[in-house]
Amino acid sequence: MSNIPSELKYATSHEWVRNEGDGTVTVGITEHAQDLLGDMVFVELPDVGDEVSTGDDICVAESVKAASDIYAPVSGEVVEVNEELEDSPELVNSDAFGDGWLFKLKLEDAGELENLLDAEGYKNSIDDE
Amino acid sequence: MTNKTVLHAKHLASGAKMVDFHGWEMPINYGSQIEEHNAVRQNAGMFDVSHMTIVDLQGPDAKAFLRRLVINDVAKLTVTGKALYTGMLNESGGVIDDLIIYFFSDTSYRLVVNSATREKDLAWMTQQLTGFDVTITERPEFGMIAVQGPEAKAKVANLLTPAQIVAVEGMKPFFGVQVGDLFIATTGYTGEDGYEIIVPDCAAEDFWQKLIDAGVAPCGLGARDTLRLEAGMNLYGLDMDETVSPLAANMAWTISWEPEDRKFIGRDVLTAQKSAGDQPKLVGLVLEEKGVLRSHQVVVTEFGKGEITSGTFSPTLGHSVALARVPRSVKVGDTIEVEMRKKLVKVQVTKPSFVRNGKKVY
Repeated sequence: MSNIPSELKYATSHEWVRNEGDGTVTVGITEHAQDLLGDMVFVELPDVGDEVSTGDDICVAESVKAASDIYAPVSGEVVEVNEELEDSPELVNSDAFGDGWLFKLKLEDAGELENLLDAEGYKNSIDDE
Repeated sequence: MTNKTVLHAKHLASGAKMVDFHGWEMPINYGSQIEEHNAVRQNAGMFDVSHMTIVDLQGPDAKAFLRRLVINDVAKLTVTGKALYTGMLNESGGVIDDLIIYFFSDTSYRLVVNSATREKDLAWMTQQLTGFDVTITERPEFGMIAVQGPEAKAKVANLLTPAQIVAVEGMKPFFGVQVGDLFIATTGYTGEDGYEIIVPDCAAEDFWQKLIDAGVAPCGLGARDTLRLEAGMNLYGLDMDETVSPLAANMAWTISWEPEDRKFIGRDVLTAQKSAGDQPKLVGLVLEEKGVLRSHQVVVTEFGKGEITSGTFSPTLGHSVALARVPRSVKVGDTIEVEMRKKLVKVQVTKPSFVRNGKKVY
């Protein structure tokens, strides 16, 4: 079974969310998702300043196998994107929960975090796939 | 029921991620498809292709039978071991399968056909047998390993007997020879130097392990696909099928039109298509900006629409390439468009071949 850190929150669409405690969150895709997609070749990131709503497709992870939409797990403003991925998309494979992060959002409503899954909930959701 | 090749346990031992491939449980990769791809371009990699179907044809009419069955002419084969790539058509000129034929003598040939098409191929061949004194024998008791890459032959040499080494010494491309346990052929599906080796089931695991020990990287179906696509080689089921003429699948070079009195199956249809000049053609597409061309994306040209048959990211070139079926008036060098994720993206038309022997060739 893939690694699912307990300190993160998850969306059923395989994004992870880390609450930075300063009104922002960092978002990436899970170990399980990168494993399904295979070697990453391009990541199309949103633009800093974009206002996004929960469920918007704002990013595309393109692997050798498929192009996969990545959705905003919560609403907010994009405040930073991981520019390292421009030259090293494979970071998403090698360190999905760390250096392979995708973007940071300034939360519109911190209460939305409550709607996300915890590690156990996410584990159950992928066990059901 | 899922079939497993004789090397199944070896794949699991190497940490393979297994997938269902037309009823066979096969390795898609052993960790990283791109690293496996690069191993073949730069050093040596190997593929378990034991799922492919080996069929031996023997009998006084073997030559006459094959001259009717396939679009290339086996009468061109006169040197023992010489191989021929060609297609087998239905009566309406569609490709039932592509295959390699090895010539042993006018009464003895070996065919290697796709696994996904095994049943219909065998049924079709059997159906065409009427009037020919030929025996068709499937050979499921063998495994098959493709060892490919610039260092492939040198690494395989470590495993061969002195007799085998002598037999393959200086062997030209597209030949096969049986020496001892092994049938060793200078064929492949990657655009690199190397061998495809048919080995008895009982010796397959040991042979595979010795190749690993010699530094040959196990490679999965994922890398096999990106390698063959860079090399511009067709994949049956994507680039052609029973509804597609070989003229529309970059297979015209595998048709022998001469002699004119050779009545191969599909000839009348192909002749009419050729004189009408109305078949689309298979070209290469190159996308140098971000994004990956994928199968079934729509191609837009001034002469009408076309379709991508196979597309991928090319690890060797660092951008996407594809094979596409487009109107015949489209020319190499043209810029045309592909509908990708609701946008039209410009791509360059090339010959349908991108990488050979590690180098860009378009």
